[in-house]
Amino acid sequence: MISLVTFTPFQPTPGLAIWSLLIFLLFWYLMAKFAFKPIAQALVKRENDIQDAIDQAKKAREEMANMKAENEKLLAQAREERAKILQEAKDIKNQMIGEAKDKAKEEASKIVSNAMNDIENQKKAAIAEVKNELGNIALSIAEKVIKKELKGNAEQESFVNTLVKDVNLN
Amino acid sequence: MKYKLFVVFSFLLLIRVSVFSQEHHAKTDTVASHSHETMQGHEGHDHGTDAQHTEAGHHGDTYEKFDPASTAIHHISDANVYSIMDKIRIPLPMILYAKDKGLDMFMSSKFHIGAHEDGHTAYNGYVMQHGSVHRVLDPSFPAQGEVNLGEHPFTLKTEEVNGKKTDVKYLTYQGKEYRLDARSTLDGGILGGGITSFYDFSVTKNVLSMILVSLFLLWAFRKAAKAYEAQPGKAPTGLQGVLEPIFLFIRDEVAIPFIGKDKYMKFLPLLMSIFFFILGLNLFGQIPFLGSTNVTGNLTVTMILAVIVFLVVNFNGKRDYWQHIFWMPNVPVFVKPLLAVVEIMSLFIKPLTLMLRLAGNISAGHIAILSFIGLIFIFGKSGASIGGGAIGTAMAVPLTLFMMAIELIVAFVQAFVFTILTASYIGAAIEEHHHADHAEGSHH
Repeated sequence: MISLVTFTPFQPTPGLAIWSLLIFLLFWYLMAKFAFKPIAQALVKRENDIQDAIDQAKKAREEMANMKAENEKLLAQAREERAKILQEAKDIKNQMIGEAKDKAKEEASKIVSNAMNDIENQKKAAIAEVKNELGNIALSIAEKVIKKELKGNAEQESFVNTLVKDVNLN
Repeated sequence: MKYKLFVVFSFLLLIRVSVFSQEHHAKTDTVASHSHETMQGHEGHDHGTDAQHTEAGHHGDTYEKFDPASTAIHHISDANVYSIMDKIRIPLPMILYAKDKGLDMFMSSKFHIGAHEDGHTAYNGYVMQHGSVHRVLDPSFPAQGEVNLGEHPFTLKTEEVNGKKTDVKYLTYQGKEYRLDARSTLDGGILGGGITSFYDFSVTKNVLSMILVSLFLLWAFRKAAKAYEAQPGKAPTGLQGVLEPIFLFIRDEVAIPFIGKDKYMKFLPLLMSIFFFILGLNLFGQIPFLGSTNVTGNLTVTMILAVIVFLVVNFNGKRDYWQHIFWMPNVPVFVKPLLAVVEIMSLFIKPLTLMLRLAGNISAGHIAILSFIGLIFIFGKSGASIGGGAIGTAMAVPLTLFMMAIELIVAFVQAFVFTILTASYIGAAIEEHHHADHAEGSHH
């Protein structure tokens, strides 16, 4: 069984030990400096970049969502405003129409009452004129009559006027 | 599509099996003559002590007995030659140091390594035997220059040293036997390595594999890192797209959960280095035709990784960590010293398990695949029986295919396990309990 122990791959030899130590240390140093560190850093950087990009996209999406919500809010507000304005306009219109109607009615009634007054006045004037005319006619008739009889008498004239005044058409 | 992939994969596997068998044929042939010449000298010695012995056993048989264990061990061992499909053999530099002799540097081709990783020549007093370097200490042996050793110069004897049976290798040169100094190991004789007079710092097959895999990973990750710089914030493409999910997996499933989001950056390079270093070498070892190196299955390599983890963990240990080791809060006083002993033991057991788990798993995978391929030689009686070989192949191909698929998973799992355990040890060491929690705890 001695030969099993003396397997050359299982006997530590100084040459191979020193060479493998040298080669591995050099390999470790060179790989660390020229390959592993740059690669590891590049990977970390890329991961950060990707994370940043994802974060930014998320942020942008959130912003978009916010903007959309805001837009909708604004739209709703505008719609509400419009409805309000329309309502107001309607109200104003109704009010104006009402006012106009009232005013028209008032005006009409005023016109009517004015007309009535005028008519009344005109009537009165006409009646007065008619009375005067009648007086004059009566006077002229009476004058003519009396001329024939009296030939102008101031006392008679005033007596006739008094009579005419007493005549009331009503 | 899946069917096609399966066919291609099976085909590749078949090629691998055939290459392996060719390679082994060549070896068994030489071993046959080898055994006749060299083993006669020590007939009385114990035959079963070394793997190479049994491989070259039975003289009178018509075929050489195939020993799957020694073959597998040979294939997962480190080597001083980078051999691709046993056709292309790339010599590697030898760097040897002995206190009395000084530094020796030369290419392994000087040894003229032949079959069984045995060198045909000695160089500067060193010889190559069974894939490892040994030194001939005897002053009468030429200490400088090339020495032709002839055919099969090595023999193995079992000697009793300090009451222990050990294998001692001998070199026969010009009729004289020279005792070979043990191979260069760090275990001080504990794992059978023995104390030796020289140090072997050679660039071996495993070292070359580590360098190649490290360079490949550096290139791949540098390319990916540049892509991040060139197109910041863009989706990953090409190579970057392949590496990024694995990178992110380690970061998000290993580093951050265990270490915490604010501190993980400091330890991320280490965890990534460990993961990709182990994974790269695990996968590299599984590529057919490329030497099938067993780097992460080598205890020395995993030991170094475990030592680095041990040092990083303990140098970053916070007050709470040491307090939990030496003087556990919220337990009765008489339990505290007991727990301290257990905790101090676990301090060293943790990296030890890291080291053993990885080496064991990866070596086991390599051994399993090699053993299944070995079925061909067991059934085929090393080429003597064609029918048996066919049956062995029919069994070996699906089994090896299955094992390779399993090994592909193991490559990822073991790299992941090593990394996640490292992360958990670091996490435990740097964890700082809030005093508010303690105060709250004492109220209960």
